[in-house]
Amino acid sequence: MAPWLVLVPLAFAALAFATPSERVRPWLLPAAGATQLGLVALELLGRGSGFGAPWLALDALGRLVATYLAVLFFLCAAYAPGYLAQRVERPNRIFCSVMLVFFAMMNLIAGAQHLGLLWVAVEATTLASGPLLYFNRNARSIEATWKYLLIGSVGIALALLGTFFTAYSALLAGVTPSMLLPDMIASAPQLSRPWLHSGFVLALVGYGTKMGLAPMHTWKPDAYGEAPGLVGALLAGGLTSCAFTAVLRFFQICAAAGEADFARGPLLFLGLFSMAVAGAFMVRQGDYKRMLAYSSVEHMGILVLGIAIGGAGTLGALLHLVSNGLSKGVLFLSAGNLHRAFGSKRTADVSGALRVLPASAALFLAGFFAATGTPPFGTFVSEFTILSAMMHAERYGVAALFLGLLLVVFVGMGQTVLAVVQGEPPELVAAKPHRDRWLAVAPIAVLLVLVLALGVWIPEPVLALFRAAASAVEGQR
Amino acid sequence: MGETLDLALVGVLLLNFLMLGTSRLIAAIHFAGMQGILLGMALFVAHGQTNSRVLVLSIATAALKGVAIPAILRRATRNVSIRREIEPFVGFTASLVLGALATGLSLVFSRSLPLLDEHAGSLIVPASFATVLTGFLVLTTRRKAITQVIGYLTLENGIFVFGLTLVEAIPFLVEIGVLLDLFVAVFVMGIIMDHIQREFSSLSTEHLTSLRE
Repeated sequence: MAPWLVLVPLAFAALAFATPSERVRPWLLPAAGATQLGLVALELLGRGSGFGAPWLALDALGRLVATYLAVLFFLCAAYAPGYLAQRVERPNRIFCSVMLVFFAMMNLIAGAQHLGLLWVAVEATTLASGPLLYFNRNARSIEATWKYLLIGSVGIALALLGTFFTAYSALLAGVTPSMLLPDMIASAPQLSRPWLHSGFVLALVGYGTKMGLAPMHTWKPDAYGEAPGLVGALLAGGLTSCAFTAVLRFFQICAAAGEADFARGPLLFLGLFSMAVAGAFMVRQGDYKRMLAYSSVEHMGILVLGIAIGGAGTLGALLHLVSNGLSKGVLFLSAGNLHRAFGSKRTADVSGALRVLPASAALFLAGFFAATGTPPFGTFVSEFTILSAMMHAERYGVAALFLGLLLVVFVGMGQTVLAVVQGEPPELVAAKPHRDRWLAVAPIAVLLVLVLALGVWIPEPVLALFRAAASAVEGQR
Repeated sequence: MGETLDLALVGVLLLNFLMLGTSRLIAAIHFAGMQGILLGMALFVAHGQTNSRVLVLSIATAALKGVAIPAILRRATRNVSIRREIEPFVGFTASLVLGALATGLSLVFSRSLPLLDEHAGSLIVPASFATVLTGFLVLTTRRKAITQVIGYLTLENGIFVFGLTLVEAIPFLVEIGVLLDLFVAVFVMGIIMDHIQREFSSLSTEHLTSLRE
């Protein structure tokens, strides 16, 4: 089934490239999203086609990520035609087709069972997202794209070295390294430890650069700040989650080798450091899109922290992967609406958003509560699961730091968000008529409802999906 | 086979130093390209036996790393009429000293790692580490966008050298994928460089400072 999840979006990309009409083309995005949802549903119902290869197949983790990606992409794609209709001055041929290629490559990451293929897929997402970032074609977006491409590519290069080291650890053990994940996991106990350890650290640093873990996060505020909200949602919701999946693949090998405790050290450090850096830069942040980037750095930190704690923390991290990704969708898309109405992303120029665009601003505010883990949102459940895993493991110092940093982020982010939504709008903006467009609001509302649903009640089959993925990561089969 | 391979790797190491010492962009591109051709040759001799798969991969490596990518970079320098790397963050003599230090450390460090017998006596692992470090040095100490891409290429070359230990293990498809990704990366960066030039009329990343905290 996994090959279809990659091939179908690629076919839509070709179709988008061949479509001559600028007005019709954006509608191919939701069409591709809907088709993908159908394919994923077939897979979940166990009616997927057997078409596949050992190096491209959906295991428990891949199934969870692919399902989540299909939902996120469909809702972002539903937002796209409305957005592109307002940006008629920009040709969207490249934008639409590259976005579909980008989506296809994210699915390739989810389905990759071969460490080399995984690397190729992650690098391909980096390259495909370059043109998306550069959509606005001004000096600032060039700068952001350049930093993103260069830092991202160097990070990916390190991940390749990590992949090679891991392969060498097998070679040294006398195992022929097939680089296939199931084989690597099966032969994990024999792997040469020094090479396995350094391979994991390099892969963590490399793919961690793509996740945007501090201190490798420096591309993130620029890229998210300059990208259109739609692209920001796909990067912060989709791509970072895929990069996290790549880190998990290496963690799986380490865990199977009985080296989970070694792997948890660097994960714990990067997790807490990311949260601290995000907290420091979020206080008095004068640009609400850059603020969202730091929020993403924080949440990447929470993800790796969950894995670093292990046990229920792993399940918490996977829940957080989905609930954070969906709430990032809410925030970036609604921030995009505000950005267009006010013509600025500086908090100095933006205030009283609730009066100008009531629906978008209310969603932005709700998205803030979702992103900071306020009950009853799904992020609260996942963060609470990680916290209780910390208490259960008697890591009280880590738990205290975790709570303290969450509080700092809440206060810092709250200042900026409240300054944006409250108060009186600037006269220039208030004078112009604004209204929330149905197409620009409905997909965000659905995303928000999903984050809420994850916090209130998770249906048993969905929970089973998470549980299966968590036990695959921990190495219990 | 081992001696020919080591000879090629000595060449790679020498090119590292030439690259660190030059201020002329064209020369640096040239050195990176020569490194690519040497890597193609190294890949060919690293394999015990010759078959069509090895031949295709070696030629593809040499063609992409040695010809196509340098051509893209040369085109970029022609368009922007810059010839030299001026005022790098670390001077050329200092970077040569750092490069020598990095190479020495790589030799010492790789002795302390467990290696297979056939790799323990060869230069593969130390040459790989030294080239990766050289790439990092160029990436972090130079100001021009083109030199940074050359640094990235050198870094990739170093990783490729390490890949020589695994030639039997990693399937053909992925090797081709890795090469293709590298090619596309440089291609996309080339396009962006073109836009940097048009927007700022220079290719110095120093102008890229409006996005700061």
